[in-house]
Amino acid sequence: MSQDHVVLEMKHITKVFPGVKALDDVNLVVKAGEIHAICGENGAGKSTLMKVLSGVYPHGTFEGELVFQGQSVEFKDIKSSEDAGIVIIHQELALIPELSIMENIFLGNEPKSGIAIDWVEARRRSMDLMARVGLDESPDTAIKNIGVGKQQLVEIAKALSKDVKLLILDEPTSALNEDDSEDLLNLLRGLKAKGMTSIMISHKLNEIEEIADSITIIRDGRTVETLSVENHEIDQDRIIRGMVGRTMEARYPEHTPNIGEVFFEVKDWTVEHPQVPGRMVCKGSSFNVRRGEIVGFAGLMGAGRTELARSLFGRSYGKYHGGQIFKDGQELELGTVRKAIESGVAYLSEDRKTLGLNLLDSVMQTIVSAGLRRISKRTVIDQNEEYVAAEGYRKSLRIKVNDVYRNINTLSGGNQQKAVLAKWLFTEPDVLILDEPTRGIDVGAKYEIYGLIQNLADQGKGVVVISSELPELLGICDRIYTIFEGRITGSVLRKDATQENLMRLMTTPTPSAA
Amino acid sequence: MATLRDSFRGNIRSFGMVIALVALIVFFQWRTGGNVLTPSNAMNIIINNSHVLIMTMGMLMVIVIGHIDLSVGSVAATVGIVVALVIQNWHWNWILAVLLGLAVGFAVGSWQGFWLAKVGIPGFITTLAGMMFFRGLNQYIGHSKTIPVPEGIQQMGSGYLPEWGPNTGMNNSTLLLGIIAIVAIVFLEFRKRARLARIHADVPPMYVSISKLVLFGVVIGYLVHLFGTGRPGTSFPIPGVILVVLALIYSFVTSRTTIGRHVYAVGGNRAAAALSGVNTKGTYFFVMLNMSVLAALAGILFIGRMRASGPADGLNWELDVIAAVFIGGAAVSGGVGTVMGSIIGGLVMAVLNNGLQLMGTGAASQQMIKGLVLLAAVAFDVYNKTQGKPSITGWLTRKKGSAGSQDAEGGSVAEAGPVNPAEPTATA
Repeated sequence: MSQDHVVLEMKHITKVFPGVKALDDVNLVVKAGEIHAICGENGAGKSTLMKVLSGVYPHGTFEGELVFQGQSVEFKDIKSSEDAGIVIIHQELALIPELSIMENIFLGNEPKSGIAIDWVEARRRSMDLMARVGLDESPDTAIKNIGVGKQQLVEIAKALSKDVKLLILDEPTSALNEDDSEDLLNLLRGLKAKGMTSIMISHKLNEIEEIADSITIIRDGRTVETLSVENHEIDQDRIIRGMVGRTMEARYPEHTPNIGEVFFEVKDWTVEHPQVPGRMVCKGSSFNVRRGEIVGFAGLMGAGRTELARSLFGRSYGKYHGGQIFKDGQELELGTVRKAIESGVAYLSEDRKTLGLNLLDSVMQTIVSAGLRRISKRTVIDQNEEYVAAEGYRKSLRIKVNDVYRNINTLSGGNQQKAVLAKWLFTEPDVLILDEPTRGIDVGAKYEIYGLIQNLADQGKGVVVISSELPELLGICDRIYTIFEGRITGSVLRKDATQENLMRLMTTPTPSAA
Repeated sequence: MATLRDSFRGNIRSFGMVIALVALIVFFQWRTGGNVLTPSNAMNIIINNSHVLIMTMGMLMVIVIGHIDLSVGSVAATVGIVVALVIQNWHWNWILAVLLGLAVGFAVGSWQGFWLAKVGIPGFITTLAGMMFFRGLNQYIGHSKTIPVPEGIQQMGSGYLPEWGPNTGMNNSTLLLGIIAIVAIVFLEFRKRARLARIHADVPPMYVSISKLVLFGVVIGYLVHLFGTGRPGTSFPIPGVILVVLALIYSFVTSRTTIGRHVYAVGGNRAAAALSGVNTKGTYFFVMLNMSVLAALAGILFIGRMRASGPADGLNWELDVIAAVFIGGAAVSGGVGTVMGSIIGGLVMAVLNNGLQLMGTGAASQQMIKGLVLLAAVAFDVYNKTQGKPSITGWLTRKKGSAGSQDAEGGSVAEAGPVNPAEPTATA
């Protein structure tokens, strides 16, 4: 198979939803044996394009032509695209937690002998597949007992079991830590070496730059351009330019911090894992925040960043073993979330959909949900104040929605995140802990969120930002703490911080004062 | 027309369901030759169903938090026998006995709330156990005998408002209630207009408000005439008055107070509610407690109507109540439903029962028809949701403002349409 052999061609794809043209004359050419990345802001149409390709939107519901392996194809459902060898692995993994790795790999595709499942054959084949993806576990291990990184590998093994010719990965590393991400990318390289063609949707430009052979950029439902490694066209700035349609002078807004004295302090914070006795997720952690300061927390996934934040926020995680919280010199007892809110602490969770929002709520109900006391007298909610508050945040945070009565799940990820941020701003906190505030939102919305964070700091609040993306921390934080295995291992000023020295602190157990 | 529709939002979101109810009444009125809308039959519908309708308000909240209460019939029966016995054996004053009955409901609710909220046993199991236990307790305490209750409780369960004042050709108590209702809706409508003007929102044109008020006025006037012109000594029934008062209170509590907001928050996403400072265990406890207190009240009204408490009181009530709540648009997954929707759902069942009886349909056919109606109502809802269209029950009963966009599979863009048509919002 020559390198130039085209395996997939999507020609002039146009997909219209009532009132919205989601895709407008999109063209995509994927060559055999390459890793082809698709980039675009949230809402650009990447997922819609993949749904067209995988038959979620059957033939006839869109305009244009699909040519797969030289033949024009018409998929009527996911099953028919899988039969042709196109397998899509979604961002949210579709595994059954209670079943074993082996059972998951062959779910819906079980090897049979007669009418019974041939478990011997299934075991043999699953061991083989697991070896191919480098998954070192027993095939009988339940999915719920392995980490997200390994679950991702199970998904890939499952895809391989179906004789896949084109593998589509939707944000494969968004839930993985750096190590697991690296492993996954290596696996993709390995599969590519054996001739596998992959399409990868990703927001992480550094990964794309590292792994992709070609990149197609989509903006507002249209193809902008396709770049290829061979022509040395791939660089992050060019991709960003293509995605947002403008040159981003800087990915982080300019900001001159105005930092006051220390007003929020945590001392010797120690917390035990809620299920595993004896395992400490925070080991005597101490840190402080100054007025007007943006403090970052860097750590690999599982290092205990979220655990630290949630245990501080009304002890909503783990078992408290010791430690004190001080604000303005006074010790705080934050035994419940309500007390934490009343003491001026806010926590924006990393998982918007499952921990941050009630998707049945309107935008207005979302915004006031943590501060009902501010708009109610003797438990009766004042509808005027409720509307005025929500409308105020809609305007000031530029939440894109026609009116605040709309359902929150009709908003894009970035706008949902703004609404959740508004919910916490409405509690008028002094200290905001923002856990992955820009996860899963597009470049433009990220820029706006960074601006909001800086604004809060300028108002004299202390902002704590937890993030998996080091460039983000380096871009907006005045000071960065590193965490390794539940222990704070360093505190680095912005001017001294580099990705390299942070990464070293994030992976070494010895505390060092930098 | 659009403004007219818009202005009805919140109130007459439940328009379609009301239409279904009206259609049902008209149908039976036609089939029975006018026997449905007679004063005595209308009073019967209210008296015979107020206990179920009262329980739907509690059950709605239980279902909104994502649980179910199977024990309501047994709890009502237990309370009924306790009330009847303390009056017969210990010669308690009937008012004290009623208060004791409510206290028993409170205790039972605390018991069930404890197992659900503190121990974490699902409501289905907690109340299945309660259903068995309290059924047994009723028969154990009462030795499976039927115990009569005094006049006071009979009045509560099936009595009428007093006659007084000048001869207006109808029952003056009923007339007074109607006048109060009309004054109240006029006052509320104009207060709402003032509120909208104050926050610089769009105030609907005056003709919209006027036509709305005229419509409500005509309906209330008709009901006053219907209930006020029965045989002398009858009026809008006392259990109906209790029902209306509770319905107003519960509508207000669920839609306008922090308690209500917490109930919907816990049902919509418990983890997110907890991280927003909602006391989720306290909310669970309160909802279960409230359900049992309402079941106790229903049990007392029922023994009043039956003039006695017996071992088979409350059998299968839970099924009628749960059916009413689901017909009224609540979702099994929790977080969705309104008090008014549930009451309308209960009235649909009530009119169906009554109409079929008047038509002389056998009990067996009645059961079958009711089963199919429940299935059809919910199936229609589910079908519309999967089609991405607003569902009737969801549409009718959704909370104010929360556009009923149940996200259909892959329909995110279609849903996003109204947000900003110029910009696709499919999550890519």
